[in-house]
Amino acid sequence: MSRYYTEDHEWIEVEGEAATVGITDYAQEQLGDIVFVELPDEGAELEKSKDAAVVESVKAASDVYAPISGTVIEVNSALEDEPALVNSSPEEDGWFFKLTVADESELEGLMDEAAYKSFVDGL
Amino acid sequence: MMSEDETPEDIQTLPLDGWHRAQGARMVPFAGYEMPIQYEGIVAEHEWTRNHAGLFDVSHMGQLLLSGPDLDAAVEAVLPIDLSTLKLGRQRYSLLLDENGGVLDDLMVSRWPEHLYLVVNGATKWDDIGHLREHLPDDITLNHLEDRALLALQGPEAVDALARHTKGEQSLSDLTFMTFGQFTIAGHDVTIARAGYTGEDGFEISVAADAVEEVAALLCGEPEVKPIGLGARDSLRLEAGLPLYGHDLSPDTSPIEAGLVFGINKRRRSPVDQGGGGYPGAERINREIVEGTSRKWVGLALDGRLPAREGAEIFAGDTQVGTVTSGGFSPTLGHPIAIGYVDAAHAEIDTALEVQVRNKRLPARVAKMPFVQHRYFRGS
Repeated sequence: MSRYYTEDHEWIEVEGEAATVGITDYAQEQLGDIVFVELPDEGAELEKSKDAAVVESVKAASDVYAPISGTVIEVNSALEDEPALVNSSPEEDGWFFKLTVADESELEGLMDEAAYKSFVDGL
Repeated sequence: MMSEDETPEDIQTLPLDGWHRAQGARMVPFAGYEMPIQYEGIVAEHEWTRNHAGLFDVSHMGQLLLSGPDLDAAVEAVLPIDLSTLKLGRQRYSLLLDENGGVLDDLMVSRWPEHLYLVVNGATKWDDIGHLREHLPDDITLNHLEDRALLALQGPEAVDALARHTKGEQSLSDLTFMTFGQFTIAGHDVTIARAGYTGEDGFEISVAADAVEEVAALLCGEPEVKPIGLGARDSLRLEAGLPLYGHDLSPDTSPIEAGLVFGINKRRRSPVDQGGGGYPGAERINREIVEGTSRKWVGLALDGRLPAREGAEIFAGDTQVGTVTSGGFSPTLGHPIAIGYVDAAHAEIDTALEVQVRNKRLPARVAKMPFVQHRYFRGS
């Protein structure tokens, strides 16, 4: 099991042939109070770096991109009733969706936890 | 997932810049200045202001002082205000209009003993100054009070917190909504108006820039008071149904469409031969007052949690009938609210409409404004 991070502040945790995606603690902190999360449909084909979800905070709407390409196999329906989970538990209970790993080589360009931490420290 | 805000090179700082940062503010560029968008979080700050008292730094706004011979007549040629009914110690909402009656800015006008004092929007103040300079006679002096800062203290507990620090010939609690007086705070001369932009009781405090940090710190030392950022300022004014210039008002909107007929004072609405008119755009505006407008600014209440924001299209069936000019999530009501212009045929309260957000049509209903009741202090 390994967790990767993108420069757009998504995390992706890979477990075998599936992966879970969410936004990082830094991202939720920047967005502020989240009031709605628009998730992709199950079965949707996502393409790396393209729109996957939308986070609506009190302040603004922000796009969330797919860290890798794949097919959505599950979405976090708990976010429908409690979008604030993304604020309170961004990297665990506030996950967004799970998808298949279409091309493992797409993971290669992503950061590990240490690299992401120094990336955020430099912002 | 986020795009960083572009930082223009000529971005300026306000007198409280360092103080905001020390309070943990996140600063963003707004109206040409670095300003605090939030401290602990927009919803928490919003709720704190509705229940206690919030301190807002609005020093980006322009404070202008006008004086000179026949001042009232000169200003009435530029604004649709009736200055004969504006008594000393009172302030009134007014509008800066272009020749077509489009809105250049909205502003407050106060009657000082020898002057008229204007507060105009930060993003438009330089254009406003140019416009006033061009349209006022040369013997009218326009003084831009760049050495003054402006604070707003808003919320039901604002009067208690502020009264502990004010001294003056009158008591702070004698002020009613839209009146002002001279006071001192910690020995500094301040002008305090009972007014604001949240729908709550509250005050706006004009203070010398070099004293504002001391005043802000004193007020935030009170248990009722926390500093509040621009994010909550926007959600509070949206709930209060108050327009934001550059979003809800622009040169493409007339004040009558926007429901601001009260900004055209009664005497100015009469036909020209009966002493009315005589301000920029009077012909169109006075006609719209009589005949109505083809579109109207309305409030919309949305179900669910997905906010409709500025630019979202409003539909009746398959026909677009309007556009959202401001929208967001209402912390007080727990659902999204929006304001926009719709065709007059669809402007009745409770009319069912839809708003397009990305690929969804969200059910919406024309709602009475303000969304959250104003609680101004009009006297006991």
